[in-house]
Amino acid sequence: QVPVLQTNNGPGLTGLMTIAAHLVRQARKDQLLGSTAEEKAVVQQWLEYRVTRVNGGSSKEDTRTILKDLNMHLEDKVYLAGNIFTLADILMYYGLHHIMVDLTVQEKEKYLNVSRWFNHIQHYPGVRQHLSDVVFIKNRLYTNAH
Amino acid sequence: MRLRVPPGAPAALKVLAAAGAAPAPVRPHLGGPAGESGTFTPPPGAHSQPRGSRLELDNGTVLFSANAICQYFYLCRGEEPTDLTTQWLEWEATELQPAVAAALYLRLVQGRAGPDTLGVLQHLLAHLEQHLARSGSTHLAGDAASVADVVVWGSLFPVLQDETSLPSELQVLRSWFRSMSLWEPCRDAAALLPEALRELRTHLAQHPPPLLNPRHEPQDEEGPERTLTDDDIAAAVDIWAQGPAALPPPRQPRTPVLPVEGERNVLITSALPYVNNVPHLGNIIGCVLSADTFARYCRLRNWNTLFVCGTDEYGTATETRALEEGLSPQELCDRYHAVHADVYTWFRISFDHFGRTTTPQQTRIAQDIFQRLLARGFLLQDTLEQLRCESCGRYLADRFVEGTCPFCGYAEARGDQCDKCGKLINAVELKNPQCKLCRGTPVVTPTQHLFLDLPKLEGQLEAWLERTWASGDWTANARHITRTWLRDGLKPRCITRDLTWGTPVPLDGFRDKVFYVWFDAPIGYLSITANYTEQWERWWKNPQQVELYNFMAKDNVPFHSVVFPCSLLGADDNYTLVKHLIATEYLNYEDGKFSKSRGVGVFGDMAKDTGIPADVWRFYLLYLRPEGQDSAFSWADLLLKNNSELLNNLGNFINRAGMFVCKFFAGTVPDMVLTAEDQRLLARLTLEIRQYHQLMEKVRIRDALRCVLSISRHGNQYIQVNEPWKRIKGDERDRQRAGTVTGVAVNVAAALAALLQPFVPGVSAAIQGQLRIPPERCGLGPGLTCTLPAGHRVGTVSPLFQKLEPEQVEALRQRFGGTQAKEPPPASVPTPAPNTSAAPGDPKLIQELTEQVAKQGNLVRQLKAAQAEKAQVDAQVAKLLELKQQLALAEGRSPEVPKGKRKK
Repeated sequence: QVPVLQTNNGPGLTGLMTIAAHLVRQARKDQLLGSTAEEKAVVQQWLEYRVTRVNGGSSKEDTRTILKDLNMHLEDKVYLAGNIFTLADILMYYGLHHIMVDLTVQEKEKYLNVSRWFNHIQHYPGVRQHLSDVVFIKNRLYTNAH
Repeated sequence: MRLRVPPGAPAALKVLAAAGAAPAPVRPHLGGPAGESGTFTPPPGAHSQPRGSRLELDNGTVLFSANAICQYFYLCRGEEPTDLTTQWLEWEATELQPAVAAALYLRLVQGRAGPDTLGVLQHLLAHLEQHLARSGSTHLAGDAASVADVVVWGSLFPVLQDETSLPSELQVLRSWFRSMSLWEPCRDAAALLPEALRELRTHLAQHPPPLLNPRHEPQDEEGPERTLTDDDIAAAVDIWAQGPAALPPPRQPRTPVLPVEGERNVLITSALPYVNNVPHLGNIIGCVLSADTFARYCRLRNWNTLFVCGTDEYGTATETRALEEGLSPQELCDRYHAVHADVYTWFRISFDHFGRTTTPQQTRIAQDIFQRLLARGFLLQDTLEQLRCESCGRYLADRFVEGTCPFCGYAEARGDQCDKCGKLINAVELKNPQCKLCRGTPVVTPTQHLFLDLPKLEGQLEAWLERTWASGDWTANARHITRTWLRDGLKPRCITRDLTWGTPVPLDGFRDKVFYVWFDAPIGYLSITANYTEQWERWWKNPQQVELYNFMAKDNVPFHSVVFPCSLLGADDNYTLVKHLIATEYLNYEDGKFSKSRGVGVFGDMAKDTGIPADVWRFYLLYLRPEGQDSAFSWADLLLKNNSELLNNLGNFINRAGMFVCKFFAGTVPDMVLTAEDQRLLARLTLEIRQYHQLMEKVRIRDALRCVLSISRHGNQYIQVNEPWKRIKGDERDRQRAGTVTGVAVNVAAALAALLQPFVPGVSAAIQGQLRIPPERCGLGPGLTCTLPAGHRVGTVSPLFQKLEPEQVEALRQRFGGTQAKEPPPASVPTPAPNTSAAPGDPKLIQELTEQVAKQGNLVRQLKAAQAEKAQVDAQVAKLLELKQQLALAEGRSPEVPKGKRKK
């Protein structure tokens, strides 16, 4: 279901990404949308990825692809947009929570970069709100050796 | 900065148009990777969008979304996104793109004519038309072409190509589309289209057709409360009237329990706990307690049930621990086995046999399975490199080696992991390795090992899984983990180890080795049964008659679903393989993990020191059972659930039902004349009981417990509405009504005794004792039945549960929180419930107290208004506070202690 925000002036806004970006600007937290043109475009890109790919009722196969994508992307990054924390991280966290809580330990280890990023974001002040804390185990259970 | 635009990508148009419109400091490369770059890593999304455009920025960032690339070009020329452009871009990505993909698929692959394909786009085109017409502006976000126009146009152009393909009633949209197509940047981009469409056709044909609507997961089957039909009511009344005849006959205990032909034979195992780890609450709920609850349920259903478990005793960890403690491994195991057995006895786990893996039977059966695997060619030999200490004359397990971390240079890294940098280490990679025991230098020595050839068994395994999954109940996580293993491909697994504490390998060249625990341990289920009865094969080589349930936490799934079945399939001796694999998720402790070393969490042997009864632990752990997802133990929640569910709901109902019989009817169940309302209650409860059975049969233990609680909630409501304590003082009709309500209520309490038995056996026994329910009437019927007929005499009724106080629980929380003092405070004994005439939650008491509080409050106000003497006022205020506290207790709230009062 697509969210709609009824504003005081003008017609309402439709869409998660649109509404979130609007609220961020309202709250004067524009840095969450990136500062340079590069950053802004990257944030835009991950917000789009969030609303088109990570949208709830996805199949197991889709979920695996998403985790693979993100794991690869996050290999050398702290946040989705590189070194700055942005709206993309927040919305992606909310989009992935239901997936992450259901992962097995083995899978959490397989998508190690996603796990590391997710754990970081969920402990970022003010992000987690009502969602449950997903627990990540420090020591690896499964190694590749047989 | 480099831009690559593959010609077959439907998104190429908008990128090219945007590059032209907002003069981009970049020249696009059409076609494959640009010449100067040899390799490139596929961008995220590559799995699903192999034909995507990409823009590589100078700082190394890659944009793979066409919309983001367009946005970037516009940002570069100073046009910031607005709410409106963002909204269009989002709409285009989520709504328009999927529809366009579907339309193109129809046209290019299925060859449908243009106008036919517009159907899927109809409502989206109407949306565009409406917006343009309403806003009165020439473009989507204002009067100039913005990124929104380019993106939407770029998406539409491959389907429309010409504005005349738009329905003529979409006038405004037609003129917008024409002016966009004529705009120079768009016109230049569009010139590439015929080529692009041909490429796109190939691309689309090779991929599954796009889905227009995302698939929806089926909704949870439990809807709002079902409405009762006349049939429901008639059936419930019938079951009620059958009385004890509706119950299954009680099972005659037989030793040993053996399968019986023609009966349902249920074999239950719970994962074998490792002997020198004292189990924590998570281990207990994960396997033994869940398995016990199910086993008790099976026995109540009169199914022929065997429940076995035992300690897993072989392996390096035991050997190491024994060395540290100066004991032989066997002595160490003896000691810890007793600790385990005590813990489970205390938790009232009803094993038919709790055995161990260090027995001659284990050796015999494991070696037999091994020989059969060997004879059938399912074992391989291979060489592994391992560290060997010559002075100790043994190969060193990882944890027997220390050395310098190859990653961070930390000098005291362990053979499996570095404590400093936390990285996992392969023991042979340690620099300057040292034997932990003699400090000698071990050398890397090749050693021969045996491997189970899983790839060779994969076909058999998959065929078996397919059959089993078709009829068995496997939890979703068990299926999922198993699928993951199969998908990633099976590899040969080493089944031997260079140790002495284990089952010896009966093969020349390997006689100084033992079986690796994961091969050996599951065989423990068989050997433990063999120690219970000589006729163990009637359980374990009898898949036709026996249904095997394995209980475990999810980390154990692969060994029970892939590895052990492969051993048994390969050994090919008509073994009973698992039919239902029940795996829980993890139980966390107060937002963290249980940790023995840090003293965080409650471990089995400490639970009894808390002073909280075993059944309260059982109840709370089952209430929290991590079914479906991880859950967390919390002290505050334990207090809440004890005081609300056990005390105020369940305990209160059963106690009142019994008390009414004692107080109003001298301990004899009165005559019952069922009214329509009573019949509806019977029907409602019968539905709940049916639901309970359905859930229990699927081993959804936690949800079944919710049903039980819901039954007592209905019971409480029933008493509350009918107020037997008032009617008993009324006329003949009222007295008869009070009798019926009391009689029905006490029968519901009797049914609860049976329903609760799998969860809280001690409480169930207490109810049976108090209500004097004969053993043959304690079975589980298909619905609510009258087991205590008029004239039945109940015994002495007393409260079943005690209130937990916040201070008591807070003390426990601190004690088990990992920061406790060295000397834990002595276990506090739960304080008895406040001395009130009725159990807490009694509405009558609450009402009385509320009235008294109001009266006393008025008195205090009057005194204050009249400026009475201070001593007099204080005395009345104290009385008021006392009353308020009693009221809070009666309502099941924790009384607020007015701390700030004195400062004033």
